[in-house]
Amino acid sequence: MARMINLRIWRGDSTDGALQDVQVEANEGEVVLDVIHRVQATQIGDLAVRWNCKAGKCGSCSMEINGKPRLACMTQVAAYGAEETITVTPLRAFPVIKDLVTDVSFNYRKAMEIPAYAHPTDLAPGEARMEQIDVERSQEFRKCIECFLCQDTCHVIRDHEEKKKSFAGPRFFIRIAELDMHPLDTLRNRKKTAQEEHGLGMCNITKCCTEVCPEHIRITDNAIIPMKERVVDIKYDPVRWLGAKIRKREGIL
Amino acid sequence: MIENGGLVMSGVFSPTRARIKERTLRTDKWWLQPAITFGVLFSFVIYATFRAFENKYYFSEPLISPFYSPCLSAACEPGTALSLFGQPFNNKYFGIGISPALFILIFPLGFRMTCYYYRKAYYRAFWMSPPACAVAEPHTKYTGETRAPLILQNSHRWFFYAGLVFNVILTWDTILAFRNGDKEWGHMSVGTLVFLFSTSMLWMYSLSCHTCRHTLGGRLKHFSKHPLRYKAWTIVSVLNHKHPTFAWISLFGVASADIYVRAVASGAIPNLYFF
Repeated sequence: MARMINLRIWRGDSTDGALQDVQVEANEGEVVLDVIHRVQATQIGDLAVRWNCKAGKCGSCSMEINGKPRLACMTQVAAYGAEETITVTPLRAFPVIKDLVTDVSFNYRKAMEIPAYAHPTDLAPGEARMEQIDVERSQEFRKCIECFLCQDTCHVIRDHEEKKKSFAGPRFFIRIAELDMHPLDTLRNRKKTAQEEHGLGMCNITKCCTEVCPEHIRITDNAIIPMKERVVDIKYDPVRWLGAKIRKREGIL
Repeated sequence: MIENGGLVMSGVFSPTRARIKERTLRTDKWWLQPAITFGVLFSFVIYATFRAFENKYYFSEPLISPFYSPCLSAACEPGTALSLFGQPFNNKYFGIGISPALFILIFPLGFRMTCYYYRKAYYRAFWMSPPACAVAEPHTKYTGETRAPLILQNSHRWFFYAGLVFNVILTWDTILAFRNGDKEWGHMSVGTLVFLFSTSMLWMYSLSCHTCRHTLGGRLKHFSKHPLRYKAWTIVSVLNHKHPTFAWISLFGVASADIYVRAVASGAIPNLYFF
């Protein structure tokens, strides 16, 4: 059954902007992206919104709904009360381009800073073999759809603009963890660079990234904290460090 | 960070971001959880500090408060010392009397202070960094855990190892609680149950710890080469899901064990024996 809902949409660009109130029809089962599209079709023709799959798999329609970073295509209108105003804004951690669209190129620059997988030089194509239990940890991180909600909610990026240079953010900590845990990756200094170049030590593990992840990746528990422990192995645990040097244990450096 | 007429334009108020004057647009009770955390942790800190300095009512045969065990000072009440450790500390240093609790509490305190879960809890509740997700923090400068003193959070594993030693000692205290006031075995009291609960929750808290998970298998690159460690890592990973729960329950467990011992030792209540 259709009902009218109160929607408050942020409109503007990098120079100015404001929240604009609109009333729009919402049908049973619709998500916030549906009603934004209806507003675009019937009331505000030039409303800018980024979207693609409408299935929670492309990560395009990231925005903030009632102050929480969410995918608009996965947020049911029915989750909000009948009298409640739904406030929709662009991601507040990134520069705004227009209306609900932000410039997320910061994340692509950070992606380029992470060294790629390094294949063993003594294995020819087709010769690599891995056990399932060795790769399943990393596979959790491959579920990432790059919606950048974790980057948006991370207070280091969100509240400290000046740290963006030296802080990669949770999305790229799971990338580093994925590679560091990869059974065949041969790059030996991922832990050191995670701490010294990508700002792992800046994370104070307040778990907001995990809370907002639409893929339910346990970013903090399964990637960031294990990476912090691996950094302790090489930087803050002299016993481990010495043992690894003497015995040349696998995977430590 | 740009100053604009005294208004600091940083973070979500940076010039390139969407111009929204509110620190957050969240409409739920985001402040409730940090407020509760603050209240509970602050209350515990006040109580633990009071008890650490009180220096009495910590022993009533066969129960010794976990705040005072192992009792390593010459000031300890008779019957409290473990023969393994003796009493290496004096009761006074530089003319100042020191409570036996002060010689040992740094270890369990350090374990909890550096715990990955408690870090989240107190960074949010006490330091508001951030107070809640997508709620702008009040600080304009931030270095995370890269500088002193917070770089010391990396010492968590050392406190974890010390915590295991304390768990063994408190387990022994719990075994001793199966005696009566005349040191005869085969008895059980309310105190025994309180100690059983407290000690078992401490073990669950330690075994579900992220450092424990890392030490047992998390640091490996090839699980397939270490099947036993992989199995241990799998079990601890399940427990690790409940680490925050164990953190809180064990905190209440330790506090309740101390409160019970204090009540018995001060004569407020008798230690009620089932048999």
